[in-house]
Amino acid sequence: MTIPAVPIPILSFIVFTPLIGALVLLLIPRQRKEAARVFAATVSSFTLLLALWAFLAYDRAAGGYQFVERISWLPQLGIHYYVGVDGVSLPLVLLSALVLFTGVLVSWNIEDRPHELFAFMLLLASGIMGVFVARNLVLLFFFYEIAIFPKYFLIAIWGSTRKEYAAMKLVLYTLVGSIIALVGALALYFVSPVRTFDMDVLRELAARGAFARTVEVFGQAVRFDYLWFLPVFLGFAVTAGLWPFHNWVPDGHSAAPTAGSMFLAGVVMKVGAYSALRVGIELMPGGAVYWLPVVVFLAVVAALYSAAISLVQEDLKYVIAFSSIGHMAFVTIGFAAMNVTGLTGAVLQMFSHGVMAAILFATVGMVYDRAHTRYLAHLGGFARAMPMATLGFILGGLVAMGMPGFSGFVAEFQVFAGIWAARDTAWWYPWVAILAAPSIALSAAYILRALQATFFGELNRERYPHVEDVTALDKVAIVTLAVWFVLIGVFPRIMTDMIQTGVEPIVALLQGAMVASIR
Amino acid sequence: METQGTILPLLVALIPWPPFIAFGLIALFTNRWKRLSHTLAILSVAISFVLSQIVFWTAIRTEHLGEHPIAIRIPWLPVGPRPLEFGVLVDPLGAVMLFMVPLVSLMIFIYSVGYMAGDPYYSRFFALLSLFEAAMLLLVVADNLLMLFIGWEVMGFCSYALIGFWYRKPSAYRAAVKAFMTTRVGDVLMLLGIAYLYAQTGTLNFHDILRNPETLKTLAETPSYVAGLSVAALASLLLFAGTVGKSAQFPLHVWLPDAMEGPTPVSAMIHAATMVSAGVYTTIRMFPLLQAAQHGLGGETAFWVVALIGAFTAFMAATMGVAQNDIKRVLAYSTISQLGYMLAAVGIGAYVAAAFHLITHAFFKALLFLGSGSVIHAVEHGHHHAGRGHGHEEPFDPNDMFNMGGLARRMPVTFWTFVAGGLALAGFPLITAGFWSKDEILGEAFHGAFEKGELLPLLVFLLLATAAILTGFYTMRQIALTFLGEPRTPAAAHAEESPGSMIFPLVFLAFFAVFGGFVGVPEGFPVLAALTRGNWFHEFVGGTLLEHPEALPFNPVPVVLSSLIALTGLFLGWAVYARRPLAVGEPDPLIRLGPIYTFLKNRWYIDDLYQIVFVRPTLWLAERAVAFFMDRVLIDGLLHGIADAVWSMGSALRLFDRVVVNGIGDGIGEAVKAAGRELRTLQTGLVQNYLLVVVLGVLGFIVLYTVAPMLRGF
Repeated sequence: MTIPAVPIPILSFIVFTPLIGALVLLLIPRQRKEAARVFAATVSSFTLLLALWAFLAYDRAAGGYQFVERISWLPQLGIHYYVGVDGVSLPLVLLSALVLFTGVLVSWNIEDRPHELFAFMLLLASGIMGVFVARNLVLLFFFYEIAIFPKYFLIAIWGSTRKEYAAMKLVLYTLVGSIIALVGALALYFVSPVRTFDMDVLRELAARGAFARTVEVFGQAVRFDYLWFLPVFLGFAVTAGLWPFHNWVPDGHSAAPTAGSMFLAGVVMKVGAYSALRVGIELMPGGAVYWLPVVVFLAVVAALYSAAISLVQEDLKYVIAFSSIGHMAFVTIGFAAMNVTGLTGAVLQMFSHGVMAAILFATVGMVYDRAHTRYLAHLGGFARAMPMATLGFILGGLVAMGMPGFSGFVAEFQVFAGIWAARDTAWWYPWVAILAAPSIALSAAYILRALQATFFGELNRERYPHVEDVTALDKVAIVTLAVWFVLIGVFPRIMTDMIQTGVEPIVALLQGAMVASIR
Repeated sequence: METQGTILPLLVALIPWPPFIAFGLIALFTNRWKRLSHTLAILSVAISFVLSQIVFWTAIRTEHLGEHPIAIRIPWLPVGPRPLEFGVLVDPLGAVMLFMVPLVSLMIFIYSVGYMAGDPYYSRFFALLSLFEAAMLLLVVADNLLMLFIGWEVMGFCSYALIGFWYRKPSAYRAAVKAFMTTRVGDVLMLLGIAYLYAQTGTLNFHDILRNPETLKTLAETPSYVAGLSVAALASLLLFAGTVGKSAQFPLHVWLPDAMEGPTPVSAMIHAATMVSAGVYTTIRMFPLLQAAQHGLGGETAFWVVALIGAFTAFMAATMGVAQNDIKRVLAYSTISQLGYMLAAVGIGAYVAAAFHLITHAFFKALLFLGSGSVIHAVEHGHHHAGRGHGHEEPFDPNDMFNMGGLARRMPVTFWTFVAGGLALAGFPLITAGFWSKDEILGEAFHGAFEKGELLPLLVFLLLATAAILTGFYTMRQIALTFLGEPRTPAAAHAEESPGSMIFPLVFLAFFAVFGGFVGVPEGFPVLAALTRGNWFHEFVGGTLLEHPEALPFNPVPVVLSSLIALTGLFLGWAVYARRPLAVGEPDPLIRLGPIYTFLKNRWYIDDLYQIVFVRPTLWLAERAVAFFMDRVLIDGLLHGIADAVWSMGSALRLFDRVVVNGIGDGIGEAVKAAGRELRTLQTGLVQNYLLVVVLGVLGFIVLYTVAPMLRGF
């Protein structure tokens, strides 16, 4: 099967279609709610089709950055509108489009200001996908900040429980993190021998050790990348929910409306991890080699800690929210392996967890719409009334517990194998695998507990006299997401081949830095 | 590694597919049509059965099958030093598994039609059973550990779903979760073992690792992270942890008895014949690794662990089985016990004996479970016939053997087949399959203990021999309580023989329970060896290994000994329960054992211990320590503290701004002006006002110096 070459600037189409859609949506008259929904669905499905097209048309044999577009913006400062995707970013673009599409479908019945709701969702998607395609640091930060503010409104307006608190907490966490990272990026700009924000050039400089030089801090000579890697990496990792900067996650995910949670857990956390990889690891490989073996302990703590907390949560959304922290911890562990297996696993885990979190939050939202509570003690027995949602939750749960045959297993297995194979990097890496492993057992426990309390057992007929099945659109959303678990679980190569081409140059950079540090 | 053409390997690769497709079809389309659903399921297993038979009969005719197995593989995940490949492999060990698994499952599928009739979730049952079957077949044909693990985990999930099949019954759901979580503990360790092996060798293929002397040697000589253990030893122990969970060995055995909450065909298939044997199968499969570890660092540690866990479990479960009243639980404990036998055999190096007992056990244990299902089915129906079960009288337990008795006359086929299975389990000499396989294990242990004078086989022999006496005892107890004497309840009196679809599998399996052992009669056994043409099983399965294991020379002492052991157990059971069958309301004679009985009845209190030692502390830790203290108090507290600090700082700055900065600007003039204005109002010129001020002042001082010290005294 050969996919025709792309004759249009497809990445710009993908990024700006939702943005323009959002603006047009606001022009649709307020009372025409159905029109707004249909329009949002059209825009999101168009975006998804474009993303799928790019995914299929990407030349896996060639690898590297493809569909590149480059327009001068502020050339004096080295700022360009420069976009492109490689094997790491393209799966994430696809993921964002999937979550956008399904998010719109499951939000169909929201009556409160659907115009603005969908507009914010589209805007958020636009910003997120912008981050994934940006090849210029300024552009990346530009989109990163765009992606922050719609979240505030999504939670504060359409959210539930402590929504204002959660919205504020989330925005403050991510904003502070991104500002710290931004300062790091500026430092990079000023220390670089070539004044540019172009990430290709910066990466080239990094490969030649330009950021490994020493700088003077309070009279001490310190290597630049040792100094700045940690703030940049951790600044972004806040958004990825790395312990102990994770506390925006449970409150934010839980207070958000269904589609908002899908976005937050599904893609926003990936924006953090992705940027940490692109800006932190890739531009300061020396710093990564120095710090990641230490940072990995934060991830180990996160994996165990969040799984333990998930086990005792009484609010269904908190269960899933804490589980997200644990699954994202495996991304960090995969990064820390610094080899092809581990990094491929990490990127696949991002995709896999994105789809999984989306389906779990979507089905939880469907239950909430009917029960108007998320307290496990008040739920139970929803399986008979809504079999499809139950199936969706079970499938998502199986991915969460790393069941073989599903995507989560392939990803986590590679992370484990990767970190274990990297025992030359640090002697404690096999122990990292051993320490993190119990979280897999715990994940089965909290998933089964939530499953039992929500879907199985007897339905409380007095409290819920009439529970309707989910809508046809909900079912479409569930199927759209679930297909990917099985596809990747059974034929991982549809994704790993591509990811590997993106990961290999990064591993080469890291190995170069390792060799340099030994010398 | 050369393959025999490509047709045969492709046939092997096809084997797991029919049940998998049946699962998809039933789950998606034929939900509502019960007949169609079970037809699809049975048909699919029948196809797999036929394919497996073709492969089996070809395989046993193939020369040097161990060296040149039927195999094919393709790259699955091209990551890391070498691509992970997926493929199929049939060597002698795989071939005999392929003979057993589809055959036993086919019987159980047919049986389920009768047993599950009338269940509202009939189709779902067959869908899950089909998925399970597909996973089991995948595990058997897998050529690498990862594929095996996939089948393993999918089976675990099916087992969970089927134990909790009647999910609205809380005890069933609890049992399902318990089973899943307990085996999960083993699975996680096993996954670590797989990742470890992969990181060390870059491959997970059985043939590449297990039949490659250099790889094995390297693994045995490389030290691992645990002091004193080689990589081979550590990896095989981690993999063995998976077996301990899956095959319900001590200390992870607690889930299997509770798993009896599932429908009886599920108990027969998953918790007796196939899934729990898959655990033992994996350990047998990885035997060369254990063997290699023996010659490397740490020596025999791994063998000791496997043998002692197996032998101890065999003994422990046998004692627990003695004091159970639930007909299925007795069988559950006997399963745990028999699986222990197999592992003990692996641990003392009796590779073929372990595989032999695995196969014979699958037949007779499936038979026993299906027989017990037939009994339960009959008693339940008898209960309804006797006009009970409609009102609200005391709950009736159709599984309780004390509610039975005298069923031999009412259901003769079930009775005789059950006796055949029971005698095989007890190892009744010569005419049962169980005798031959168990005898081989005991014979190997005897050989090691008394002819070579080693300690480990001696321990194993003593534990297994004791367990064998107990096995005979509880088997006889079970047969007597269930079938002999007079009916002890109206339900038992009204029980009737089960329908043909349930009886046929019993008869079929009974055939194998009796005659199955003749494929492995020891070389040199008087008369029988000549009739059965020697030890075919040993010759064939032994070929799986790189070095063909020596068959023991025939020795009459252990044979006589193990016959005596089996007969002693059976006789004791007969003496206590059958010579004078229990009457209605008569207590179990075992109660006379006093505290020992209570101890056994409560399963050595292990379940309660786990509740106290593991479950509660985990929840406490998660709830109090992590969720509340760390997350809410410490981290959120820190955050809120920062927020408060920033807020206070802002307020303070604002105050500073208002008071100081503002004040300095225009405040000085204002202050002077205001002061003048305020002071002016005091100058009223009225004497009374001045006096009032004086009096108030004096009162104020009095209060300050008298009342305040008193207050401070409190």
